[in-house]
Order: sequence, then structure tokens, then C-alpha cells
Amino acid sequence: MAPTKTPLKTVTRSAKFRGLVGFLAFLAVWEILPVAGVLPARYFPPFHEVLAAMALNLASPIFWQSVLYTTEAWFLGLTIAFVAAALVGLILGSIPILWRYTESTIEFLRPIPSVALIPLAVLMFGIDVKSALLLIVYAAFWQILIQILYGVKDVDPVALDTARVYGLGRWSRIRYVSWPTALPYAITGFRLGASVALVLAVTAELVIGNPGIGHQVALAQSAMALPEMYSLVITAGIMGVLVNILARFIERKALGWHQSTRSGA
Amino acid sequence: MTMNDPRAGEARSRDPMLAIRQLRKVYDGSGRTVEAIRDVTFSLDEGELVCIVGPSGAGKTTLLRCIAGLLEPTSGEVMLAGKPIAGPSPGMAVVFQEYGRSLFPWMRVRQNVELPLKEKGKSPEERRRLVDESLEAVGLRDAREAYPWQLSGGMQQRVAIARAIAYEPKVLLMDEPFASVDAQTRAELEDLVRAIWVRLGVTIVFVTHDIDESVYLGERVVVLSASPTTVMQDVPIDLGSVRSQLETRADPRFGQLRGQIYALIKDAKHQV
Ligand SMILES: Nc1ncnc2c1ncn2[C@@H]1O[C@H](COP(=O)(O)OP(=O)(O)OP(=O)(O)O)[C@@H](O)[C@H]1O
Ligand SMILES: [Mg+2]
Repeated sequence: MAPTKTPLKTVTRSAKFRGLVGFLAFLAVWEILPVAGVLPARYFPPFHEVLAAMALNLASPIFWQSVLYTTEAWFLGLTIAFVAAALVGLILGSIPILWRYTESTIEFLRPIPSVALIPLAVLMFGIDVKSALLLIVYAAFWQILIQILYGVKDVDPVALDTARVYGLGRWSRIRYVSWPTALPYAITGFRLGASVALVLAVTAELVIGNPGIGHQVALAQSAMALPEMYSLVITAGIMGVLVNILARFIERKALGWHQSTRSGA
Repeated sequence: MTMNDPRAGEARSRDPMLAIRQLRKVYDGSGRTVEAIRDVTFSLDEGELVCIVGPSGAGKTTLLRCIAGLLEPTSGEVMLAGKPIAGPSPGMAVVFQEYGRSLFPWMRVRQNVELPLKEKGKSPEERRRLVDESLEAVGLRDAREAYPWQLSGGMQQRVAIARAIAYEPKVLLMDEPFASVDAQTRAELEDLVRAIWVRLGVTIVFVTHDIDESVYLGERVVVLSASPTTVMQDVPIDLGSVRSQLETRADPRFGQLRGQIYALIKDAKHQV
């Protein structure tokens, strides 16, 4: 894998450069169009106003508090979903009979959009972070569970035979064979779930009104503070990008052996 | 080497170490039934090294899986030291043909060898000793901290052998373990099996479809017929206990035995 590293790096570097140029061009267009009157300036403030609002945000405790709230809900929801999906996935995947009985139910529950649970969440928890957590966990759980189920199905029969021959009981087989096999899938699930969780964290704040970035967006909108509103939307976008970078970083760290196996084969 | 100490003081019973009696295995898959093994009976005394040869599809893997307790026979029984086998037993270890898939890629060599010992409840010191001794025995002491996929095929199969002997089995089962390594490595590994057998006195069942290999390795060769599988003949190999790739294979007796088994297997194929 070493020889491919250098060309790969140059490719990504020039790709990054082009990406940056494209992005700057996008910001320039954003700046020009409202000023030139192509876009209604009422709804689309030029970029420099949004930038100014962002600068103000940086000095605002309420802004940082909101970022923290959203991050907390995201993190907590994602963690709960991951742990629950890992447990359920490993158990269902390792006990075929259970899987056969639950598969249809899972296929029924999985496509229900998490936002359809908003009324239920409000009934149960009101304007509390628990409402947001319900939505986040529900959405992320299925993403991760499905991946883990794929992963457990991918377990090599020879590896399982080996484990049985050498006296590994059911629990040890899960721990030493099924889980390591499913881990790459679990991490993909984690990455997908992380994005979905952020979407739902912001959605909940926006619609239900529990504190966080999404709620700030709603407040800015009702005050017609559009540059402020855009600055918050962009903040949510930046959080999304960071979440993805973080998830990919974890992916690389956790799967050192896996990547090497792949490229070696 | 003191790996098999526990057995030393045991009263020698008249039970064979491993007995397979009238074993029959029918795969009963959806709509398709395959009689993989019709009737197989043979036994091994303690410390014997027996090779099993048979044409492809004769049910060798099926037989080995039944012996290992991974597969339930349709009828008949497998007895280990006088006790019937019902599932994998701590008295048996298996070396699989697919070494690459049998070693866990997420564990280092040392961890792969150690895991079964942990499951057996061995103390950390005991585990260390067994891991060191067995890796030493297969000539891989320096690869302790490597991952299996960093090693060559031959080295990986050595790790699998080390894992098997560290487990201190009464019976070591090997299913075409060297079918997918090159000729040179294969010869080395064959000598390794002989060396380990001499050194540890462990009972070995070695399955292969290679007649030369079976004659070179075995003290006895059990020849299986083609499916529906029975034992055609149980051939004693009188080539002495010290074997060498050059001399043994050049021995006229080696040629005779090889020819005899070759003819048997040819017959076996023609009967179908
Ligand atoms: N899980 C299974 N389900 C149904 N039939 C099977 C199964 N495993 C093996 N068989 C059948 O049983 C017969 C014996 O197979 P087996 O793999 O034991 O032969 P073998 O002697 O090991 O062959 P080879 O030399 O190719 O390894 C074959 O006809 C095979 O198709
Ligand atoms: Mg086979």
C-alpha cells in the first residue's frame, strides 16, 4: 500500500485546491446576485452581511450555548442508538431463530420517518431534550442496526468453526468473532447514523423548540433577522461537516487492520 | 518439551484414543439428500499418526467435521478415549485448510494462539509458556507480534499449527492443511508435522487427497472409497519412524506403497 500513497496524495491535494476555488466562486456569486438585484435582497442578504452575523455569533454566549445543546443532543442520541443497535444487532445476528421472528417487524418499523414521531415525542416529553432524543435515537438506530446485521451475516464460517473447535462459547464467539467482523459495518453505520442524528437534532429544535441551533434559527426567522438566520444555518452545515470528518477519522483509526487486509488482498 | 505431561501418568486403558464406528452422514438439504459417508469404521491408538486419503468428494471433510464434533453424524459414533463425542471437545484441535480464514485477522499471532487457552481458563503464566513453546516449535518465535495477514501462507499455517499444539489436544485433526501452499513450503510443513508428532507424541489424523503425502507422513493410511464412502483398506506404512524428503521418497518401498494406494483409489473411482 505504500507505493500508491504518493500519487494518491497529489490527486487529493489538487482536488482540494479545485474544491476551494469552486467554493470561493460560490461565495462570490452569493455576494453579487442580491446586490445586482437578481435575487431578492430581502430574502437573500449578500454574503458579507452573513459573515458579519457569524462574527457576532462568535462573541455570543447564547450562540455557543446553543451549539453545545445541539452537540449534546446529537452525541447522546447517537451513543444510545449505537449501543442499542450493537446489542440488538449482535443478538439477532447470532441467534438465527430470533432474527426470523423479528425480521418482518424490523422491515415495518424501519421506513417510518423519524419526524412522524414528533407529535408522539411532544405528547410524551413536551419541549424537552428527551423529545429530540427520541427522534434522534429512532432515526440513527435503524441505520446502525441494518449495518450491523449485514456485518454479522458476513462472519466467515471457517472462523466460526475454528471458534467452536477451540471451545469458544456463544458469548466468546460474539466477542471475538462476530463483533470484530461486524465492526467495519458498525462504523459505517456510525457514520451514517451520525449525519442523520444531526439532521434530527436540528429538526427537533426547529419544530419542537427545545434549545439549540435549530431553535435559534427559528427565533432569527421570526425576528426577520435574515443574516443571523443564515449564519446559524451555515453553523449547522459546518457541524455536519465536522461530524463527518470525525466519523471518518474514527473509521480510519478503528479499522487499521481491516484496511491493510483489504489493500493486501 | 513437557506439553503432554498430564497424560504421562495416566493408566493406559484398552480403549483406542479415537474410534469411529459405523459412521454415516447424510446431508438432508432442501429437497436434495446427499449420502456423503455410508459406513466408516477405524480407530487410532494413542500416539498414532494416521493419514486418510480418498478421491475428491469422498467426504473427507465431512468425516473430519464429524470427528471434531462440528457436525452431527446421521448414525454411528465417534469416541475419544472411550467417551462419545457430542460437540467440540477440549481433547481435540483442528487445523483447517483455509488458514487465512481460520486465523483471526484482527488479532496478533500471539493473541490467536492464546485465545483458546484463555477460554480454557489457563493462568497467564501458563498461557505465556504454552504460546512461547508452541511458536518456538513451529519456528515462529519472532512473529509473535505480527498480524496473520502480514505473514506468508506457509507461516500462517504454522501459526494455525502452533495454536493447535498450544491447546494440548489428545488428538490433532488436520484437513488438507497444505493443499494451498507451494511445493517447497509443503515439504517443510510435512517435516514439521512429523517433528511435532515425534516430539509431543500426540495422536494425529491427517486428511489429504495427495497419495504421496499420505505415504510420506502416515504410519498408516486409511483409504476411502468414492461416494458412497466406505473404508477400502487400512494400509500400514512400514517406512520406519525417521523420514526424510529425499531418502524416504527415493525408497523403493515408498514407491510400492504409493503404487498400491494409487491402484486402490483408481479402482474406487471406476466403481462409480
Ligand atoms: N453442507 C453440505 N450440505 C450438503 N451437501 C454437502 C455439504 N458438505 C458437503 N456436501 C456433500 O458431501 C459430499 C462430500 O463432501 P466433502 O467436502 O466432505 O468431500 P471431500 O472429500 O472433503 O472433498 P474434497 O477432496 O474436494 O475436499 C459432496 O458430495 C458434497 O457435495
Ligand atoms: Mg475437503
